[in-house]
Amino acid sequence: MSTEDLTTSAYIKHHLQNLTCSFQEGHFHCAHSAEEAKAMGFWAFNMDTLVVSLVLGLVFLFTFSKVAKNISADVPSGIQNFVEWVVEFIDSSVRGSFNGRSALVAPLALSIFAWIFLMNLMDLVPIDYISLITQPMGIGHFKLVPTTDPNATIGMAIGVFLLVLFYSIQVKGFGGFIGELTLQPFGKFGLPVNLFLEGVNLIAKPVSLALRLFGNMYAGEMIFILIALMGATWVSFSFTSTLLFSSQILLSLGWAIFHILIVTLQAFIFMTLTIVYLDMAHQEHH
Amino acid sequence: MNINATLIGQTIMFALFVWFCMKFVWPPIMAALDARNKRIADGLAAAERGKNDLALAAKRSAEILREAKEKVSEIIALGDKRASEIVEEAKAQAKIESERIVTAARAEIEQEVFRAKEQLRTQVSAIALAGAGKILGREIDATAHNDLLDKLVAEI
Repeated sequence: MSTEDLTTSAYIKHHLQNLTCSFQEGHFHCAHSAEEAKAMGFWAFNMDTLVVSLVLGLVFLFTFSKVAKNISADVPSGIQNFVEWVVEFIDSSVRGSFNGRSALVAPLALSIFAWIFLMNLMDLVPIDYISLITQPMGIGHFKLVPTTDPNATIGMAIGVFLLVLFYSIQVKGFGGFIGELTLQPFGKFGLPVNLFLEGVNLIAKPVSLALRLFGNMYAGEMIFILIALMGATWVSFSFTSTLLFSSQILLSLGWAIFHILIVTLQAFIFMTLTIVYLDMAHQEHH
Repeated sequence: MNINATLIGQTIMFALFVWFCMKFVWPPIMAALDARNKRIADGLAAAERGKNDLALAAKRSAEILREAKEKVSEIIALGDKRASEIVEEAKAQAKIESERIVTAARAEIEQEVFRAKEQLRTQVSAIALAGAGKILGREIDATAHNDLLDKLVAEI
């Protein structure tokens, strides 16, 4: 919990604050408050987001590449079963939504799904447990769920957006891509309207990807924080305190079980939309 | 909750993960899955072929069995025929043999009869001579009347 006053709003603020660090006068310095973090401007790094997402990405790649290295076409067992199950699931999703032929789309979908799934899964770690580790290390703020940081979701969405642009131009040519932006749906005389409509259409893709994931995970995290607050109001063995404490246990259990669904669903939605956007980029008309 | 350079870091990390996945994770797994699919398809085809072969073999074996049975009954019929032939032959031979034996016996008997007659004749002539000698009371010279006696023997 917060090192200062133990008020409700301080508790919430504490849990919503990233470990933002930047180089200041030659030192790598981390912010202690939201104001300080804001003052660092653009050239600062959320170390918790970066470290956790890097570790989770490496966990995913290590597991899968270990299986991929030793894979055989014989009867699969153990972890190979699991990996094959995931890969076949992704492959069938890609085959279902993506009509072109591309060596990139399926592994891209797998990376997105597995990485987002693992990052979202961190939401199920009880929110105050991580400070048991970070507090003794002198780290004041640590958000364990990278997808509740818009930087992570927007970062991925930008990656997808660049791929959409790349494939649009590669498949249709630069002229074709510009034509698609400007010459429909109203022909060449409605050019400004076309550009506006298609521009919004294009920009909406990464924005919707990033904000949907961020919004869902942020809201889920917020509810975990609010549920955790119920027990934090413990005073004594009074009726109200006991009721609130037992409600916290029940509600956090219920929300966590429900969150397993959200964790998977959000990863799946991000992946499916990426496939669909890339499929649209590959098609001449849409 | 600020937008900052984390964004760039995340994009680069994302790109690297996707590149690694595309290079080292996806292709070998997909290759193994395809290989297994092919192996399963081959196995099923082989099983189908085996089943056909089995049905074919069963049909062939039934045919061979039927042929063998036919041949066996043929052989048995032939054997029966041959056996009766042998019996007939044996019978014929036995008949010939018996006839031969009977003929020989008959010839021997005739010879025996002839010999007995001969002996009897000589003895009868001797008795006749002795009788005649007694009747005449005197010795008849056997050698002087030999031709007479021979005539008598021939008459008997």
